[in-house]
Amino acid sequence: MSYLAALDLSISFGGIRAVDDVSFEVEEGEVFAIIGPNGAGKTTLFNLVSGIYSPDGGSVRFAGRDITSLPAHRIAPLGLARTFQNIELFEHATVLQNLLIGRHVHRRSTALSHLLFLPAVRREELEHRRRVEDVIDLLELAHYREQRIANLPYGVRKVVEVGRALCLEPKLLLLDEPTSGLNPEESEDMGFWIEDINRELGVTVVMVAHDMGLVSRVAGRVLALNEGRVIAEGSPAEVQKNPAVVDAYLGAE
Amino acid sequence: MRFLFKTHYNQDIDHLKHGGDRFWYGLLLVLVAAAPAALGTFYLGELNLVMIYAIAGVGLMLLVGYTGQVSLGHAAFLAIGAYTHSLLLGAGLPFLLSIVAAVLVSALVGAGVGWIALRMTGIYLAIATLAFAMLTEQTISRAEWLTGGFRGLAVPQASLFGMPLTQGWQHYYVTLTLLVVTLLAALNILRSSTGRAMVAIRDSEISAESVGINLAVYKTLAFALSAGITGLAGALFAHRLGYLSPDAFTFLISLQLLLMVVVGGVGSMRGVIYGALFIGFLPQLLAIARDTLPPQIAQAPGLEPGIFGLILVLVILFEPQGIFGRWLKIKSYFQLFPLYRRATHRRQKTYLRTERLR
Repeated sequence: MSYLAALDLSISFGGIRAVDDVSFEVEEGEVFAIIGPNGAGKTTLFNLVSGIYSPDGGSVRFAGRDITSLPAHRIAPLGLARTFQNIELFEHATVLQNLLIGRHVHRRSTALSHLLFLPAVRREELEHRRRVEDVIDLLELAHYREQRIANLPYGVRKVVEVGRALCLEPKLLLLDEPTSGLNPEESEDMGFWIEDINRELGVTVVMVAHDMGLVSRVAGRVLALNEGRVIAEGSPAEVQKNPAVVDAYLGAE
Repeated sequence: MRFLFKTHYNQDIDHLKHGGDRFWYGLLLVLVAAAPAALGTFYLGELNLVMIYAIAGVGLMLLVGYTGQVSLGHAAFLAIGAYTHSLLLGAGLPFLLSIVAAVLVSALVGAGVGWIALRMTGIYLAIATLAFAMLTEQTISRAEWLTGGFRGLAVPQASLFGMPLTQGWQHYYVTLTLLVVTLLAALNILRSSTGRAMVAIRDSEISAESVGINLAVYKTLAFALSAGITGLAGALFAHRLGYLSPDAFTFLISLQLLLMVVVGGVGSMRGVIYGALFIGFLPQLLAIARDTLPPQIAQAPGLEPGIFGLILVLVILFEPQGIFGRWLKIKSYFQLFPLYRRATHRRQKTYLRTERLR
């Protein structure tokens, strides 16, 4: 039984079938990439898996559980974290607060004890803080810790978003275009971090990407989509040579 | 400029971060505690009112400033707190128990309103809460068997630990204590995961969901908290009024509360205090101004709400962060002198955000 499995997922918006009978399986510990031209349905697929949309048909299983009909806030505690293509951070909060919000699924105290800020709450806060500092160290965010997101450059925001997802201590990380809008140097760093997250933290990674250089470097297997359908699956090199993929990107001869 | 060397995470968690904070807040506490000795009855009463406003403001700030849910109906929670407290006090419940009951009843009603309003945001939420406030006002005026309707309801004399509360300074100290307790509770919420969840909902609902925050639970909780605290203010407000009638809790009160939060500075608890001072003393200023204005203007109906509305619009246009934001700017001007630039506080451009889902 694979770790994350999508079976015949479909969803339509009006007359458009954004995702059409897509199935794929991700094994525990691998880096799996999803590629495809604009409008292929990659982000929609992510939204289906992470519970933001519920599919018209098909199912999603994660770590042996059917998560198809669970809302997003019930999926996150199972160990599935995600980032967004266009960055959805908490703009008026600091980097530290954003990362602490990522620890929400690990809270143990109730709102009533928060009112009184009992000693147990303080201990819990200190524990959250230590875990957050680990992520800050890993992603080299110490310099930006106290800054508001609204004052940060785009590249740093991208990293903070990955950091927030890591604060959930996920087993599976969905990265929606982790390098879009980054300069070559930042992309390079992001590649290293994805490798670190996968190898050292043992997190399974599923990412949407346009950057074939990054995909060939970090991904073990690739799924290619076009117009909501799967057109190829295999190693990066295989998929790149696949005629259907070449057609989808460059048009048929 | 102060450079703080942090050696423990506790320093980020504590309310008072350094010696300077401890000194200034300690001094402030001593000053407000000593105020009854220095102020006459009238100004003590006004200060008492400002603190009651501040309590209600803390409640509204949690909802508007931190959870991002607007409410134009908080006068209703003020009314619910006031009537519950007066009725229970009349039924013979001790002062403190009756206050707790007023808080709980308001919080429960708030939770109900929050739960019903879950799917609404922005202007629709404002209209729904406004409708709720009008409904409450109508209910109070029609339910004569309970509230006395427009004939009014006399607020019974309260007594605390066997001591009747008759003097202004006694009410002042009760209000001051409850304000400090409320502020501490609100700040405690804000430095824990509940408060962070509220901030997360304010800034991006979709990513709040994706980190495991249950929007329905936390929005309802925020409404309940906010309504409960406003209910507390209502209970104290009842003693200030002495005689309750539905027209003491009109739309103008809701507007004043919102104005207080916006003028003080959305997203800051200190802003609540500034806002309360502003709202508390604005009617005095208006009364003084009325004497000098030509009678056509001074006697015009709706002058006060009109001016409140105008100030709200001007603040949103020119100083969206209110008095607190202006204070921060003045402070950094002196700290950075002569290097301060206007751009220091300019909001950076917001990058493209994920298209609204659903």
